[in-house]
Amino acid sequence: MTHAQTALSGIPVFTEAAPTGNVSPLLHEIGHALTRLAATGEPTVIDLRGIPMAPGEEDRIVGFLGRGEIEARLDALGPSEIVETAYPGVWLVTHFNEADEVMAKFVEVATVPTLLATPEDDLHDSALRLSEALDRALSNEQGN
Amino acid sequence: MSNDDINGKSTATVSTDMTLGEQMRARGVSRRSFLKYCAAMASMMALSPSMVPRIAAALEKARKPSVIWLSFQECTGCTESLTRSHTPTVEGLIFDSISLDYHHTLQAASGFGAEEAREEAMKAHYGKYLLVVDGSIPMKDDGVYSTIAGITNLAMLKEAAAGAAAIVSVGTCAAYGGLPMANPNPTGAVAVSDIIKDKPIINVPGCPPIPVVITGVLAHFLTFGLPELDDLGRPTAFYGQNIHDRCYRRPFYERGQFAETFDDEGAKKGWCLYKLGCKGPVTYNACATTKWNQGTSFPIESGHGCIGCSEPKFWDQGGFYRALSEGKLGTVEGLAAAAGIGAAIGIGSALLGRSGQAGPQAEIKAKLDKDLEAQK
Repeated sequence: MTHAQTALSGIPVFTEAAPTGNVSPLLHEIGHALTRLAATGEPTVIDLRGIPMAPGEEDRIVGFLGRGEIEARLDALGPSEIVETAYPGVWLVTHFNEADEVMAKFVEVATVPTLLATPEDDLHDSALRLSEALDRALSNEQGN
Repeated sequence: MSNDDINGKSTATVSTDMTLGEQMRARGVSRRSFLKYCAAMASMMALSPSMVPRIAAALEKARKPSVIWLSFQECTGCTESLTRSHTPTVEGLIFDSISLDYHHTLQAASGFGAEEAREEAMKAHYGKYLLVVDGSIPMKDDGVYSTIAGITNLAMLKEAAAGAAAIVSVGTCAAYGGLPMANPNPTGAVAVSDIIKDKPIINVPGCPPIPVVITGVLAHFLTFGLPELDDLGRPTAFYGQNIHDRCYRRPFYERGQFAETFDDEGAKKGWCLYKLGCKGPVTYNACATTKWNQGTSFPIESGHGCIGCSEPKFWDQGGFYRALSEGKLGTVEGLAAAAGIGAAIGIGSALLGRSGQAGPQAEIKAKLDKDLEAQK
């Protein structure tokens, strides 16, 4: 919850929201993506902000999907939440900026969300840095 | 602050030799951060998440373009909006993606130093810089009604446009003339596209435009070059969809449930605002999906109809609180008939002076224009 949203939700206004009719198609889309992932291994990413939602509808989708076993937090240009839903293979990925404002919200249908896997570009550099650190530690020990 | 700060002479040494990827790595930005940035950009640019790898590849190779931002007859609302962008933030954009070499509200330098920075940037990046304009340009009495450093807006625009790779007209004033051009247009205000005919112009209208749409268009230009434009020069990624079609209150419209006043039962229940003058059905913008204030809400969600601020002449369309059906054209049927007439005599494309695809939207506008003329 951003500060702005907290403040807004504090205003006791109730408006009737007609369903857009987009909740169930989106859940079906997720279902189809999940079937495809199971059959062919092909992952899918769905942008939750891409279709109109009446107030409360996004919460209904998130509520329907429930929560699973894994919750990961990424710290890169502000926090990101990567949460597995009650349906393995369906992940909710929310990106925040440094001011904790939501930048983007995705449903990722994959065995591992892209951002959780170590980027290949970093692997080479990582191995190099580890061996350098080991050398330094070793020479320090010998120095003592 | 880096030497890319928009601050007088220091900007002359803009490091355009490194690609964005190289710069981000040099600044210790991790690959995950970069991919997250690209994912947020894709969402903001209304592109499919499957485009993220392409955005990443394009940004990796992109070089910081020099951006010169000229503010003419305007209220600074567009700059206020720009500084509210959260994806990317304006700071992020200035420090990571573009080199903002002149912007008289945001720059630290003033007076001769500021104008010198503009001239130096124009000289150093001649033919390559991106020119951003907000505000309309007064033409009456040789343009004396708006000047900067003693130079008329008209002269400054012509000089800056000559060396620009492309022009982005930010806000309805720069894109279509805006409020300064409203009847009776005392200063003879016109849009950028009325003066500059030999450069690609991207219109980013809105009063003001949505913050992330401004930065999104700049990001799109940086990533993929000129975006696809509609018949009014607007990027279709942001202006391709109709407010009414994407409105969460649309189901009420379909059911014929309308608010009749701003405090009746219908208004309280959040019913459709069409009868209270909502211009959603004739307005193309990203408000219904991208929303405002970090995706919190948009005018209709806050209980007020759309005023159609991203459309040409929105200020002279007969009143924000008059239903479209009782507008200048009388009835919905009248509007449809007018569109037909416009199409028949080809008035749409002729009046708009744009090539090709003047859709029904353009024809309705042309008819509205003609009506306005007749009223004078």
